[in-house]
Amino acid sequence: MHESRAFRVVRTVGLTFLLLFTVLPLYVMLSTSVKPLGDVQSDFRWIPSTITARPFVDIWSTVPLARYFANSVIVAGCASALSVTLAVFAAYAISRYTFRGRELFRMAVLSTQMFPGILFLLPLFLIYVNIGQATGIKLTGSLSGLIITYLTFSLPFSIWMLVGYFNSIPRDLDEAGLVDGASPVRVLLSIVVPAAKPGIVAVGIYAFMTSWSEALFASVLTDDNSKTLAVGLAEYSTQNAVYWNQIMAASLVVSVPVVLGFLLMQRYFVQGLTAGAVK
Amino acid sequence: MATPVTTAARDAGPPPSRVATEPDPPRRGRWSPAGHWLPYLLIAPALLFELLVHIVPMLTGVIISFLKLNQFYLRHWLQAPFAGLANYRLSLDFHSEIGVDLLRSVGITIAYSLVVVSFSWLFGIFGATLLQRSVPGRSALRTLFLIPYALPVFTSVIVWKFMLNQDIGLVNHVLTQAHLGSGKHFWLLGDSAFFSMALVGVWRLWPFALLTLMAGMQSIPTDLYEAAEMDGANLWQQFRKLTMPMLQPVNQVLVLVLFLWTFNDFNVPYTLFAASTPASADLVSVHVKQNAFITWNFGLGSAMSVLLLVFLLLVTVGYLAITSRRARHA
Repeated sequence: MHESRAFRVVRTVGLTFLLLFTVLPLYVMLSTSVKPLGDVQSDFRWIPSTITARPFVDIWSTVPLARYFANSVIVAGCASALSVTLAVFAAYAISRYTFRGRELFRMAVLSTQMFPGILFLLPLFLIYVNIGQATGIKLTGSLSGLIITYLTFSLPFSIWMLVGYFNSIPRDLDEAGLVDGASPVRVLLSIVVPAAKPGIVAVGIYAFMTSWSEALFASVLTDDNSKTLAVGLAEYSTQNAVYWNQIMAASLVVSVPVVLGFLLMQRYFVQGLTAGAVK
Repeated sequence: MATPVTTAARDAGPPPSRVATEPDPPRRGRWSPAGHWLPYLLIAPALLFELLVHIVPMLTGVIISFLKLNQFYLRHWLQAPFAGLANYRLSLDFHSEIGVDLLRSVGITIAYSLVVVSFSWLFGIFGATLLQRSVPGRSALRTLFLIPYALPVFTSVIVWKFMLNQDIGLVNHVLTQAHLGSGKHFWLLGDSAFFSMALVGVWRLWPFALLTLMAGMQSIPTDLYEAAEMDGANLWQQFRKLTMPMLQPVNQVLVLVLFLWTFNDFNVPYTLFAASTPASADLVSVHVKQNAFITWNFGLGSAMSVLLLVFLLLVTVGYLAITSRRARHA
């Protein structure tokens, strides 16, 4: 295709601008995380005076980072595993059966996504307190309350994306299994799920990221022992504002797993995100 | 946090017509011998948790908004006295401090959403257009651009917090070097806090616009561009007459989703300012939460939340009505 000189100039300038805008904070995070403490206590420096791995060692003792980290792993891990499991079952029902209330269920689940979190934060807090009083199951100031809350945050998108995936799997496969005498659930688990593996993994990573980042509900539903990274690190950055090198090291440590996961699966996200919007 | 593009479109849209045009025709019959109960059994767990965390609390929230629920009744809130419309009257009384503060907070939130959505969309469409044709390093660039969106929100906000630090931050360092201003400006205080917050908002959200718009552009057949070129259309005309109309459905949904996200944003101000949010950055999520948990007046907080929901519903329905009509006329 024909490209004018002007277009090429605009493109180079534009992409350079976007690149600098994107990369600058990433560079600051990376370079600061290997700076000695002296470098971050005075005027900003682009290049570390010496490169040190100390911040990566110190982060674990300055704040209870390991505990926050473990809490986040447990919460995000459980919430995403449960969310994906529930989504697989629900998506299979929507994809393979017509039943009364199917559309209603779909719409109801999806519409929960547009409500402001603050709308159900206060009542949810009260309900969890009440459930705790009535049954003794601690849902505030514990990890279980967060797990239950977060699993529903990713559920709508997971169901919606998996319905698309399941629809694209030929039904001849299911029918062959059924003819062989397998039960529908068995067909789901041994035929449909393996065939939809990339979609399921992508949905799992999405669910993990959602829980990993959430701060509003975590700030209300956790106490000192059950604090997750989103709340723990935010407080850390205000209280010990001197240790910026450690804060950056900690940010890096908690970011790398989710960023890698997302980038590896980005192809599937694009498919999932656009399947409905573009067609 | 992240909401899928199409879900929001579908749930926010006027339901009947949207469902009718859904792309997957019901090609599945009741072919299973398992009977009618199986699909219900399959959706039951998902339904149960949705009820517990979303539906029941929402209805409870509406009830609470009519109660005089303060710290004395918190443990047994079902016994809180009925307050009628008092909480709503208080929230909407623009002669009292509470009403004025809420109104100002909503105003700030709308301004924040407008700034973040416009810039995110502009950067997104700009980047997507530049990367539409083959460029060396296209996929590497795309991956790099996506990193801010993939980062956990709190870590990206913390980096910006460091960069905007008055004393040792990069921004003031660069300004000093360039002899612009005093180089000692407080970026996270006063009115500057609003712009700092918006900057962070754009940084982490524009990649989502880019991702969505790039995917939308990929679905435009290339022979349309070839035909346009044969007719002598230049790049700008191709963009105006071909790309933009073809992207209309994607744009309609994308802008709505970006708006709902930024309007409901809590993470960015929460991490950027912690407990001491400057007045200029008092987004409505933060405002309602702070008020409810500092004064423990949940009745008032719920009334404010319900008013917010009504406001968002009106905006969404109005937006979809206008954009859909315009699309039909185009």
